[in-house]
Amino acid sequence: MCLAIPVRVEALLPDQMARVTLGGVSKVVSIALVENVQVGDYVLLHVGSALTRLDPVEAERTLALMREAAVPGLSASEAAAA
Amino acid sequence: MKYIDEYRDGALARSIAATIAKEAVSGRHYKFMEFCGGHTHAISRYGVEDLLPPNVEMVHGPGCPVCVLPVGRIDDAIRLAMRPEVTLCTYADLMRVPASGGASLMKAKAAGADIRMIYSSMDAVLIAEAEPTRRVVFFAIGFETTTPSTALSIGLARRKQLTNFTVFCNHVLTPPAIRAILDTANLPEIERVLVDGFVGPAHVSTVIGTSPYVALAAEFEKPVVVAGFEPLDVMQAILMLVRQVNEGRSKVENQYIRAVTAGGNLIAQREIAEIFELRDSFEWRGLGELPVSALRLRHAYAQFDAEQRFDVVSVPASDNPACECGDVLRGLKKPADCKLFGTVCSPETPMGSCMVSSEGACAAHWTYGRFRDRASTNAAQTSPLKPSDVQAAA
Repeated sequence: MCLAIPVRVEALLPDQMARVTLGGVSKVVSIALVENVQVGDYVLLHVGSALTRLDPVEAERTLALMREAAVPGLSASEAAAA
Repeated sequence: MKYIDEYRDGALARSIAATIAKEAVSGRHYKFMEFCGGHTHAISRYGVEDLLPPNVEMVHGPGCPVCVLPVGRIDDAIRLAMRPEVTLCTYADLMRVPASGGASLMKAKAAGADIRMIYSSMDAVLIAEAEPTRRVVFFAIGFETTTPSTALSIGLARRKQLTNFTVFCNHVLTPPAIRAILDTANLPEIERVLVDGFVGPAHVSTVIGTSPYVALAAEFEKPVVVAGFEPLDVMQAILMLVRQVNEGRSKVENQYIRAVTAGGNLIAQREIAEIFELRDSFEWRGLGELPVSALRLRHAYAQFDAEQRFDVVSVPASDNPACECGDVLRGLKKPADCKLFGTVCSPETPMGSCMVSSEGACAAHWTYGRFRDRASTNAAQTSPLKPSDVQAAA
């Protein structure tokens, strides 16, 4: 029910709407809940509304933290400090 | 697909699992509850439980709106839909949820009720606009993730000056449900769910932020790690929980930093606050009546409130007595502990709500986990119930 999927904003439309795509599927959705949406942004889409913008920097940081957590031999404190 | 595929890397998941196994202290048992059905689904679908060491156990929580909606509210919706002037618009998840007397929205639709499955609450507004002779009722359910969209729809209906659009509001709140799980002081020992921490809500938290959990974590001394719904997100959150437990900390931490902030989405919070107010109390399947745990429309929006416009008087109704959904929702039982599971109750013929929604604990276990159970328990089966037993019990 709380499923929300990352979609790319392709075009901004009137009335706080936008055309978005995911894996070749295109849809017009509301972006009224997210400020300053730009074409090229990725937003989380849930029942026809964008909930938030995905932060590309934090997304990369998450993957880096995951890769660090996966390194054998790295202690918990070293991983937390990284 | 960007922001999806990279968080489903199996090799990386196995390495994180190795780190979890290394850091989880042997001789100590770790029991974490994933609150959300979305996490339950990810854990089952990607076999996360198989990656975890034996002393790290995951328990399913009540975070599935379809599952926690009490039977009486489905009965109300069916009664609304049976009115000849009403068109009931609903998310597809609710269509097959069993109501009283073997009814469901699906059966009501087959019997001639005008019930339409929609993708977005905004679609219901457009139907009301296109068909002014119909009285369109939107059957609104969901946690804080879904509420903002309902709020936007009511705002849209107001701007369009529609008089034939109403909302049957069943929106519920996450923090009171977490409190109900943790606040077990007054419960008999057998009904207490003892968990060491929570994998906290993903998309609920995009709206409310991480700060509402801070008081809960402090009061009950349980760590909460807000996590995304992809399998690597869940693995990383479990590792963060293991570390907190090992270090004796009970803080709110955010694994889902690419989407969640401490304060959440302030625009969405404003939209919700403009249109909705707290109910004194609301019934949850499994958790019972919970104070200030749900929303209703404010008086200023009464013209959009289906409960007021149609004088809905909820009659409490009971579940199938053999169904263990209530205990499953509270983490007291696992799906396979229910005698109905996989015998008379399956996604095709659900007896309880947890078997309906794909993120319900029973449906997730049926789809992804039941063969593992069979392999591990094999001979030691309890005798399955026959359909006639259930009808007799009901």
